[in-house]
Amino acid sequence: MIKPLYLARSRRIAARKLGEEILVMSARGSTLFTLNPTATILWQAADGATPLERIVESKICSEYEVNPEQALLDAESLVEDLAKHGILLISEKPIAESSGYGEERP
Amino acid sequence: MSALLMAMGERARELGIPFNVHLDLTYRCNEKCVHCYLDHHDHGELTTAEIKNLLKEMAEAGVFILTLSGGEIFLRKDFFEILEVARELTFCVKLKTNAVLIREAQAARLGELGVQSLQVSIYSHRPEVHDSITKLPGSLKRSIAAIRLLKAQGLKVTIANVLMRSNMQDIYGVRALAKELGVECTLDPAVSPMLDGDRSILALNTDESVLREIIHDPSFTPNVEEFCAPPAPASEESMDAFPCSAGHNACYISPYGEFYPCVAFPLSCGNVRQQRFIDIWRNSEQLKEVRSIRLRDLSGCSQCVHGATCTRCPGMAFLEGNMRGPSTADCEKSYARTGIASKNLLAKKDKPSPLRLVQIQLVPAIMGSRLTGIGASAS
Repeated sequence: MIKPLYLARSRRIAARKLGEEILVMSARGSTLFTLNPTATILWQAADGATPLERIVESKICSEYEVNPEQALLDAESLVEDLAKHGILLISEKPIAESSGYGEERP
Repeated sequence: MSALLMAMGERARELGIPFNVHLDLTYRCNEKCVHCYLDHHDHGELTTAEIKNLLKEMAEAGVFILTLSGGEIFLRKDFFEILEVARELTFCVKLKTNAVLIREAQAARLGELGVQSLQVSIYSHRPEVHDSITKLPGSLKRSIAAIRLLKAQGLKVTIANVLMRSNMQDIYGVRALAKELGVECTLDPAVSPMLDGDRSILALNTDESVLREIIHDPSFTPNVEEFCAPPAPASEESMDAFPCSAGHNACYISPYGEFYPCVAFPLSCGNVRQQRFIDIWRNSEQLKEVRSIRLRDLSGCSQCVHGATCTRCPGMAFLEGNMRGPSTADCEKSYARTGIASKNLLAKKDKPSPLRLVQIQLVPAIMGSRLTGIGASAS
């Protein structure tokens, strides 16, 4: 059985909604990103308590006509990428709200 | 600034969003720099609660880049309380400071809070020159020590220098210091008038020949040939361009809540103590007027050879008496760059003007300085 994956927004980033996009700057390297619609959904749902599988099921599969298994694989790849850039924190356990400053992947 | 950030700034302008705000937390300062454009007395600063409320309003309005400056920001006892709220609201926070009050604990906290960058004022690599400008003995030593602490936290630091007669021989020394510290270095080529319109501190500026020499130095201007080429005629597109971001996607708030288009453009558009930030941004008649300015509307500049390429600052023009008029400081920069006088400079030349008195200071010589000898000339 695949272990659940939890995600939380890093507190070391700067972010703002600009029109339909979300602009995110990572503290590490001051790299700037704009999130695409799927990344925006994951970003907004990243509360540290809801597993990725449930986010994909409730926010992506309900919105788009996609294969749930493929959607989850794509979402895992995307959150891994966002975590590498210090934008999201990911963990196999729920992530406390106070986490985030200075933390990389737990 | 990255291309993406510039593109996002342009997108914000199209959407009418104040993307970039400069907030001065105080005008009080522990340094008393000879060229400072501020009155350092406290005339009733925004309280902690007022600033926290303002930050919330700004986040709701879509502000992304928040520059906290002063005065010296670390003189506010609530500075870290303000910064914590700013970061909780996910602003991209930039700080301007002399760094004199930053010790290990402060540097560590700034690192924890994910400040995007800090700009530290350094006017010379020599304590006797820097400290004589700041009027604070030991200030260079403390600022440099702080930069090392900030770098140790992985923070991005830029040294900001201002070119004056008293430090013009040291610009290469400051750059070498920046390299040694592993930080960027910028040079502002001119002193600005005081915000109350007093122009007496402009006497600290170097003369045009020094500015010309620096602008034509490839180590300061990588693309000298292109940058200093004779100006091309203004195209129809450039005639409809707006001069800068002031009031378009950027604005300034003073420690007393006054809302200006830019820190260098003290045209009061309202006060955040009386109105919501977004209401001033959207409805101020003064801001609407600033936004309406286009090159083709400027009586002198629209016919000037430098019209399309000039860095004309509307705030400087405003301080000179007319926001739709020329900014002589920028005319002088255009002249130093290209050797071609602007329409405004030619008109001034034709008029008898009062003798420009310039204080001649003895500048300590440096062996091998590329600028040695220029300090004795007066215009």
